[in-house]
Order: sequence, then C-alpha cells, then structure tokens
Amino acid sequence: MPNTTTPKAAPPTRSSKTSSDRTYDAIVIGGGHNGLVNGAYLAKSGLRTLILERRNVVGGAAITEELRPGFWFTSFSYALSLLRPDIIQDLELTKHGFMPLLMPSTFAPMENGDYLLMGQDRGENIQEIARHSKHDADAYDAFEHDILKVLRIIKPLLDQVPPDIFSNDPEELIALAALGRRFRDLEPKVLHDAVRLLTGSAADFLDDYFESDILKGWLASASIIGTKVGPYSQGSGLVLLYHMLGEHDGVFGTWAFHKKGNGGFTQVLARAAQAFGAEILLESPVANVITKNGRATGVALADGSEYHADVVVSAVDPRRTFLELVDPLELPTDLVDSIRRFRFQGTSSKVNFALDGLPKYPALGDRGDQYRGFTNIGPTMEYIEHAFDDAKYGWYSKRPYLDCAIQSTIDPDMAPPGKHVMSCFVQYTPYKLRESDWDTERENMADNVQAVLESHFPGFGDLVLQREIRTPLDIERIVGLSEGNIFAGEFLAPQMFFFRPAPGWSQYRTPIDGYYQCGSGTHPGGCVMGAPGKLAAGQILKDRSKVKS
Amino acid sequence: MIRTSPFHERTSAANETGLWTHWVGYLSAAKYQTSEKFEYFAIRNSAGLFDSSPLFKYRIHGPDAESFLSGVLARDIRTCPTGHGQYTIWCDDRGFVVEDGVVFRNAADDYLLTSAEPNFAYFADLAGGHDVEIEDVSERYGVLAVQGPASRTILAGLAPAVEKLPYFGLTTAKLGGLPVTISRTGYTGDLGYEIWVASDDAVALWDTVVEASRGRGVIPFGLTALSMARIEAGLLLLDVDFQSSRFAWTDAHRSTPIELGLGWMFKDLAASDRTFLGREAIAREIADKTSRWKLTGLVLDWREYDRHFDAAGLIPPKDHTPIEEEYYIYDDDLKQLGYATSLMYSPMLQRHIALARVPLSLTAPGSRVKLELAVSHKYEYFDAHVTRLPLYNPDRRTA
Repeated sequence: MPNTTTPKAAPPTRSSKTSSDRTYDAIVIGGGHNGLVNGAYLAKSGLRTLILERRNVVGGAAITEELRPGFWFTSFSYALSLLRPDIIQDLELTKHGFMPLLMPSTFAPMENGDYLLMGQDRGENIQEIARHSKHDADAYDAFEHDILKVLRIIKPLLDQVPPDIFSNDPEELIALAALGRRFRDLEPKVLHDAVRLLTGSAADFLDDYFESDILKGWLASASIIGTKVGPYSQGSGLVLLYHMLGEHDGVFGTWAFHKKGNGGFTQVLARAAQAFGAEILLESPVANVITKNGRATGVALADGSEYHADVVVSAVDPRRTFLELVDPLELPTDLVDSIRRFRFQGTSSKVNFALDGLPKYPALGDRGDQYRGFTNIGPTMEYIEHAFDDAKYGWYSKRPYLDCAIQSTIDPDMAPPGKHVMSCFVQYTPYKLRESDWDTERENMADNVQAVLESHFPGFGDLVLQREIRTPLDIERIVGLSEGNIFAGEFLAPQMFFFRPAPGWSQYRTPIDGYYQCGSGTHPGGCVMGAPGKLAAGQILKDRSKVKS
Repeated sequence: MIRTSPFHERTSAANETGLWTHWVGYLSAAKYQTSEKFEYFAIRNSAGLFDSSPLFKYRIHGPDAESFLSGVLARDIRTCPTGHGQYTIWCDDRGFVVEDGVVFRNAADDYLLTSAEPNFAYFADLAGGHDVEIEDVSERYGVLAVQGPASRTILAGLAPAVEKLPYFGLTTAKLGGLPVTISRTGYTGDLGYEIWVASDDAVALWDTVVEASRGRGVIPFGLTALSMARIEAGLLLLDVDFQSSRFAWTDAHRSTPIELGLGWMFKDLAASDRTFLGREAIAREIADKTSRWKLTGLVLDWREYDRHFDAAGLIPPKDHTPIEEEYYIYDDDLKQLGYATSLMYSPMLQRHIALARVPLSLTAPGSRVKLELAVSHKYEYFDAHVTRLPLYNPDRRTA
C-alpha cells in the first residue's frame, strides 16, 4: 500500500465504537476537500461531527501518494487557486500548515521548437509576447483589464448560496433582486463580456484580442480543462472564466502549488477539522442514508454498522447523493429525472511520472527555470480542438492536450534531490470509449501522452523512472467521482448556479429533511474551492437555528 | 565607487534582474530573479542563500573584554557562554536604544559584534581604562546566510557539528576544506545558519554550499525577500522600526528597549548587580511604567480589507512587497494612537501584517485599532488587531 499524507494521530477505528458513541449531531459522507470543509465548519460551530471516508486516506481526489520511495505523486488534483479565502481564515488553516507555494512561471512549448514563457514581471511578459506578435503585446493588457472587470463581478457568486428563483419567499426575492442589481449597475461592456464568456466560446472571445496562435492556445487551454468542450465550443468561455477566477494572494488567474501537493492541503484541512473537534473515520464506506418518515436519521455503512445524526451531509457527487445513497422513490420524480440527465462524461486523465532529471527543451539549452509552473502543451486553439475532435467520436486524443507540472521544482520535498515528479493532466480521454474500454486502452493512451512529451522534450523517455496512469475509469473507481468527472458534474451553463445540481435544489438541501449535499456537484462546483462545503454548512446551521427558535 | 562583497563574483552571476541596492556602500541584490516571492518561499520551504557580508563586524578582545561589554551592552553578556551568540542592543545613559546586533563569544576574552551601521568610535570612546582592543574586522570576513528548513540537512552534510548546533550556537568547521565559523543565526525567523569565512575564501565557500544544495531548490535571495521574512518574524530594522538614539533629533525619534518589546532582556534586572549604560533609566522606566508606547504586531481584518477596495470598485491588492514607511493608527473616533513602521501582505499568514507602535493601553492581543490606508486617492480606516510578535514563528527556528 502506498504511503499517503496520513495524519500523525491515527483516527479511531470503527470497532472501538459502542452504540452510544455512534450518535452525532452531524455526519458527513465523504472526506474529500468539501466534506472536510463542511465537517470543519460544523464542528467549529459546536456540532459533534463525524466525517466518514471510504478510503484509507482523506482528500478524495486531492491526495498525494508516495508511489515510489521519495517520490510523491499528486495522482489526481494537482494545483490550488480557487480555494475561498474565507475558508483559509475561518478554519485557521495557516495554523495547521497551509502553504500555497507560488508557481512563478508558465511555459508553453510550440511545435516548431519555439515557446512562450510567461513570468512574474509584466515588462518581461510584454517583450515575450511581442516576440510572437507586436500587436498582442498591449492587446494582452487590454484582455487582462477587460477580463478582470468581469471577474470582479462574478467572484462574489462563488461565495453565495444561489437564490431560489422558484421561490416566493421574500428572503429569496430580495437575494435575487440584489443579484440583479449587481449586474444592472455594470458598464454595458462588462455585462456583455460577462454574458459572452458565460455562454459563448473561448475562441470567439480570444480572437477579438489576439493574433498569436501560441498566446491563444495558451489562454484557451483554461477553457477546456476538465470539460468535454473544445475552445471553439459554445460553453468553453464559462470554463475559461472559472479558471481565470483562480487567484493566489489576490492575483487572478494565478495558481499555487500547495506544500506536498493537494494531498498536503487536504491534510491541513483534516487537522483543522480535528482541531475543531470533528472525528474522521477512514475505511468507512457508507452504504445508504437511513431515513424515517421523510427525514434522515443516520447512515449505514457497508459492513452494516450504523451511525446516527439529525444532520447527514453528502459530500459525494449528485448521482450518488440522490440515486445511490437514498432510494430514488423517496424523491420527487422531476429531481430524479434531472439528476439522471445531469452530465458527468469525464474526459480527463492523469499520467504522472517519476523522472531521473529535468527534461531538456532544446531551445532553452540547459535551463530548467521554465518548469517552475505549468508546462502547457496546447500550442494553438486548433491543436486543442483537434484533440477534442477525437473525443467527440468516442476516442482519446491521438495528440492530447497536456497540462504538466514538475512539482518538485516548486516543492523540492516531493522527490529526492535531483530527481523529479511530473504531473500531466491529459485531455481528451472520454469516459465512454467506442468499441473498447479503459482497461484495454490505458497504456496506449499513456503512450500517446509520452509521444507528445518526447516530441517536445527529446530524450524524455530515458528520464522516466515510473509512470502512473489514471483514466476516467480509475478516477471513478478510486475516488468515486461518477464517470470520472473531476468537477463532480460538467461545467455547462444548464448545470450551474440556480441549476446545480438540479432546478430547485441548488441550496444544499434535499427533499429529505436533515439530508444535505455539499459536494462539488453543488454550486459553485468543482476545483479545490471548498465553497460548496462552506455554503452548505451555512445552510445547515441556519436551518438548525430555525428549528431551535 | 560602490564596493562589492566577497561573494560578488557569484552573486552578480546569479542576479538575473540587474536590480541592486546599496547597503552601507556595498552592492546588494534586491532580488535575483523576477519573483522575490519565489525567493521568499525558498526561505520558508527549502532554503535560501543570502550575502550578509556588508554587516559591520567588530572584534573585541582582551582581559577586560567581558567586563567592558557587560557595561556597554544592555543584555547581559555574562549569560552568553563561550561558543554562543546573543541578540543584543546598546543603549545610551537615558535608556534609549542606540543600535542592535549580534555578539558572539569566541573565547572568554574574545568577542565578535555585528552592527548595521558603523559603531567603532562609539565603542572605542567608551573603552576608557578597560584593557580591551577593538578591531574593525568587517572586511576580513564574508558572511553567507543559509536560511530555511533544509539548511540544517545541507550544512550538516558538509559539517556534522551543525546537526546539534543549538539556536545561537557557534562552531568552527571545515566546509569543503575551508576553515569557517558557523553560527545558528539569521534574520529570517526560520531555521538557519550564517557561515563566516575569510573573504578570500568566500567564492569557494559559495560554490561548496551551492554544490551541496543541488537539487534541493536552494536559491539566493535578495533584500526584498529578507525583509518579508524579518517582518513576519518581528525582527526590527534600524532606521525603519527604530532610530539610533545617537543620531535622533528629538526624543520622539528615540525608543527604549521596553518600548521596542525587548523588555525580556531585563527579566532579572532587579536581582543583578551589573552596571551598564542605561541601566538606571531602564530600571526606572520599568518601575514607574513610563514607557510611551510599545512596538507590537498588527493584523489587518482581511474581510474588511477586501470590502474597502471592493466598495471602491477595485480588486483588493495583496502585495507582499514590504512597505517600510509610517502608516498611522487611529481609534474609532479617528484620534491618532500610533503608527506602523513596516507593513506587508504575508503569504504564510494570508493577511496583511504590520509592526506598529501602539499605546500601552492597547498592547493586549486582540486590541482593536484602525490603520489608515489610501483607497482610490482617499484615506480610509482599516480594522486591525494587536497581536504578539513574532507573527510567524515555526518550531524549527529554535528546535
């Protein structure tokens, strides 16, 4: 069994529990980052809280594993930026080792051997862009300025419960009016840009500003991550917007690498949750939520043991929350229909490497500083769209788009001195393959990835000490995310905000009293944001205070 | 003509930015690469190299060296065993701080004192009838600071004595065959060491340390990253957080050790028979509680911070670049209470922090004040609370 970033204090085992020990105020199903955030907030507010995790490690998709002595792999989730700042503060994460390391550069190799290398110095970036297009040098400033204006308006939506547009409750109507007012007060161009991004394609938006293929390819890559769209698809603008919303210390569009990866981060969360009094039980898969007279009273584990609480929170995805953990017959038919129609269609994989040294990029000679951030292999929007074309017809990309990070350059503790770990996010690799399956195709897919890397970094294959492959099927099997969708449900407009995960059920409650949802399948969605966990905790505590009063 | 440090051949090659500042007449890198924040994280997550050579260094030796230093330094040098160092200050007879530095006891009668500014005449004039010799050895040594969690492993690999070297301990060693003295000191508030090497050996020492650090993410860092680390650590900077009493125009520009939060140096004062410059005034200040203010940490309320900028239609800036200027502190009625002297956004603490002078009534952690900052060309008043120093203090620093 690989080492994981397990908490030092071993959590209690189930067998040590007596039945009176098995009653809590709140039970959270799933110890992914949202489950941990939710459990921590509930515990902080004084609720006796139990977090149940199916695996032997918390973190869900945000884990770091020592798959080879001294080499720590971020098998799934690999970077941090959308984490809500109030979670850092409210849960006092800095006391527990929160450490978002800066990734100071982004490297985008090109097929002709050239590259775009963006860093922390605006002037240098201007000159670097000008190398590719004089026109785009100041166009980049204009693009950033315009998009920042949109981001400033959109950002608060990440931190609020979507108003219930189907409700006549005055509180909801006021919230809706406030939302409307925020948008109505905008300059017309900002509002129009926001709508274009929320509904249109990234390519259309980027074409308005730029002529350089590499610049557009680099920017457009953020429009497809984790989603079954190409940069030319309507809807890719929304994905772009989400990824631009990421920030590191207040700078939008920048990403951090947490100390020891996102597994290091979820261990920080676990320590914070435990410090507030939450209990975490590992290797405790929940079979179903126990309900009585239309309300949740606890959970039954796969081994038959039961835990009781008036509040049960599902941190797993909407399909599991509504169709597996409870009997769909207990739910309204339209909700069940909506969840059945909810698109997962995972399309991303990971191929991670242990490397004997840094890859060489011929145009940069012996330099290695270009790897202190993402290495983005999507040199043109057309390249990415072609990669998407394969996926449209049920196959994985012959020349995939890759988002790579040699994380040991940021956190040297991830690999032995001089050695490296490299995370490669791969797209497109659709969950459903036409006339084949992932158990058959996994190595072939990884070979495609390695071929792309070899074509950019000659001799790459000689550096590979180990290769870890995580297909959408692996993501589903290991992490539990349906169809391997990394966001616990696609980032598509009909599945966002008021409609995530289903019309009328975007406020973290469910039709079953005491049963709540807090996973990435709820607003505002996936990425390591923690917002669903936090916002759901707010709703739970609000409901409890109403019951008490 | 600006001077260069003994490490210049290497630091100049490493400085990709061409950005230098002048530090007491020496070229010193502001930052080596475009991201000083990346350099800062090396200090907090792996290790960074800093060229501290421009510090003034005085060798004070002779039969009366201890009694001399015991009389001129405010912290009791007699409590510093051979093979150790002490952070110390020296005060005038009115109990105002002249300067601070680190003093090392190499032998019972042989000391090395560092300072940020020249102090030769000051100490020489005080030597009087003491049988003591003061030498300015500033140019004799290069000083290479290796700061950060990986520093011990790296240096212990070269010199096993480092493994057990205590906080503020001092040892002689050979690094790559070069005779050096290693002290467990630094100005970053992290685990760290300073290597003292003959100037002629400095470049070879640099190469030895760089070679031993290879593959561990160790990079040189400049003054900006250093200042970030020292503010988090609550370490004072001359002419920023306090001024030398020698050169202050009025008492408003002078500080006492108690006011600067250094009262811990005088815990045993009442029981001690030691006479030293400033003793009477300091004892009186403690007894009569006549301190005018106290230097403490401030943490800005992050939510309020964001709200001020959002209300002005701006994205809240979270700039880690230290601002070493005065920012004023007020109460709720906008009556001025004091001022901050160093201000920054701390990446480790995820808040804006400051070193500030507050009235004695507000020194309790959690006391509320308002800090004046400009938003869209207008002053606004940001909620902040008082906190103990250091603001960031990892266990490894002293463990």
